[in-house]
Amino acid sequence: MPILTYRDALTEALREEMERDPDVFLMGEEVAEYDGAYKVSRGLLDTFGDKRVVDTPITELGFAGLGVGAAMAGLRPIIEFMTFNFALLAIDQIVNNAAKISYMSGGQFRVPIVFRGPSGGALQLAGQHSQTFDSWYANVPGLKVVAPATPADAKGLLKTSIRDNNPVIFLEGEMLYNTKGEVPDGEHLVPLGKADVKREGSDVTIVCYAKSVAPALKAADTLQREAGISCEVIDIRTIRPLDTDTLIDSVRKTNRGVIVEEGWPYSGIGAQLVDTIQREAFDELDAPLLRVTGADVPMPYNKKLERAAKPNPQKVIDAVKQVTYTA
Amino acid sequence: MATKVIMEALSPTMEEGQVTKWFKGEGDKVASGDTLAEVETDKAIMELVARGAGVLRKIVVPEGKTVDVGSLVAVIGSAEEDISSLIVAIASPPDVAPSNGDSAGDAAASTSATSTPPSTGDGARVKASPVAKRMASDRGIDLASIEGSGPGGRVIKRDVEGAAGAPAAVPDGAAGGFEDVPLTQIRKTIARRLGQSMGPIPHFFLTTEIDMERAAEARTALNALDDGPRISYNDIVLKVVAAALTQHRACNAWWQDDHIRYFNEVHLGVAVAVEDGLITPLVRNADLKTLRQIATEVRDLAGRAREKRLRPEEYTGGTFTVSNLGMFDIDQFTGVINPPEAGLLAVGSMVEKPVAEDGQIVVKKRMRVTMSCDHRVIDGATGAQFLQTVRRMLENPMAIVW
Repeated sequence: MPILTYRDALTEALREEMERDPDVFLMGEEVAEYDGAYKVSRGLLDTFGDKRVVDTPITELGFAGLGVGAAMAGLRPIIEFMTFNFALLAIDQIVNNAAKISYMSGGQFRVPIVFRGPSGGALQLAGQHSQTFDSWYANVPGLKVVAPATPADAKGLLKTSIRDNNPVIFLEGEMLYNTKGEVPDGEHLVPLGKADVKREGSDVTIVCYAKSVAPALKAADTLQREAGISCEVIDIRTIRPLDTDTLIDSVRKTNRGVIVEEGWPYSGIGAQLVDTIQREAFDELDAPLLRVTGADVPMPYNKKLERAAKPNPQKVIDAVKQVTYTA
Repeated sequence: MATKVIMEALSPTMEEGQVTKWFKGEGDKVASGDTLAEVETDKAIMELVARGAGVLRKIVVPEGKTVDVGSLVAVIGSAEEDISSLIVAIASPPDVAPSNGDSAGDAAASTSATSTPPSTGDGARVKASPVAKRMASDRGIDLASIEGSGPGGRVIKRDVEGAAGAPAAVPDGAAGGFEDVPLTQIRKTIARRLGQSMGPIPHFFLTTEIDMERAAEARTALNALDDGPRISYNDIVLKVVAAALTQHRACNAWWQDDHIRYFNEVHLGVAVAVEDGLITPLVRNADLKTLRQIATEVRDLAGRAREKRLRPEEYTGGTFTVSNLGMFDIDQFTGVINPPEAGLLAVGSMVEKPVAEDGQIVVKKRMRVTMSCDHRVIDGATGAQFLQTVRRMLENPMAIVW
């Protein structure tokens, strides 16, 4: 199986879907001539031309709205935000139009659109350019929210998202673009709403997604080696719809859970997961579910403070020891 | 259209019912008004009647099982009807996670969680993790008997696993023959109501006065036989109580919260006053021992009790207790039951007093005994019959060897 970077896996997905379906097109700032700010659309302009790979002015609300209209008219737009920090300018189009048109038109219109781009904390980009909005979008009925952690999932989930008939928020990890992994060639589809057990274990369920998968796996490795604690690591992959069954099955086995997420703690994704797990597996729990989250502050610029504000393997280890009463 | 058969409130105070017998089996034809099953309520055995016609498709509550009023007991429907949704709704919790459907319209609809009322447990709350509670319940382990190793003494999974090997709920000692009898509805109601009036053990007391003339004669004769151990009146009482308990197993029992344990062996506790309180060493298998053996053993146990040299197994696991304050010139008194035992006999002093006999006033040796009974286990008549046997035996000591 070819080894690709997360970035190239995304490019491959875009290319394959644009080849497969002439209605698919890409639009955003610098996606064409510059190959994308993060080079995800490299080479696509040459292949598909400027009618299907479209550079826009710096007008997030405008081109997001253009995308929604195009989707209503029957095309399948992929809207790239240079980063999701800038998508805040377009959030009215996303929440009020993309998410609601199908509902408010009684299904007369479908909005098969993908809003994609890098998301989450980066390195020393400070408070306004280094943050996580996952729970904002997941909160909205009518949106699907996808956040892949590996190159293979990035390809498979993006292809599925492009084919979905509903608006999908596709959150790419800004710090994951250069990570490498095996990626299946050609038709590789990962269904939405299906979690992936990244590591099997018996003592604790660690739930994570996107960038929090790596520290979770590292913590699981250390815990097994140094404390003999066996962690099951579950990457939910899609935040909404959520694969509740896989989570509950795992908690039934381990009786304990730790949730790792990059975002802020208050009303975060982990809060939703805790709600679901305690409700559906109450009698299985041996300890309160704990969350490892980003710190409840704007992302610091200072390098040491920035490191302290993010989840890391040690924080996961501490939480696991607490829920296994081995702290 | 399938009809749910639910546990109906068949008496005004009924909160739960035990299905004691099914008259119809799965697949049987049922007409409205047919008697489906027999249900034992807190008061009586009643009939559960069909409210719909068709075929008894599914029996949800098997014979012997107790469920709350309002619970699904069975389903009546036509032969081909799909009733799985009715059964599944009971068997598994509702799917409450709103899933994002294939259209935004689906996503906008929210599913609300249905909740079942929490069960109301009695007694002090034991802090335990949910899974520890479930495991303890599955394995029949009393959570209160487990020491919790979690924060604030929370009982957690590993504590239950650790306790699983040993039957922690059963104290050592009385591991011999016994029979656990599930509580009937009426017994549960008695237990609950009497526990509220005088708790935690609802005591009641029965007193009788016993003619000790012949027991005294027997004692004198026995003690004149040789220079073996002196037989005391208390030894005779112990021997008689042990023999009587073998005839009245209902009084030789433990209250175990959700069942009653009736013993086939008699381990008699003998209350002994010690310097800073009292302790009840046991004459094990007292019913099988001779008067002389009992006398020897009690002297040894009482002596070592005062020296605080009893081993735990010598004072735990008794099935009935005898307490004697006769030596302090107490005419009669009421003793407090030693749980989980269900009965105790308080023995007063033997005194000579005038009594009417065949129209004459005569002076006789008389002794008053008072039995304390746990009403959850022993009812008035049950205790009285036991006491009657004790009295007859003491008034005619030959009965001991009968």
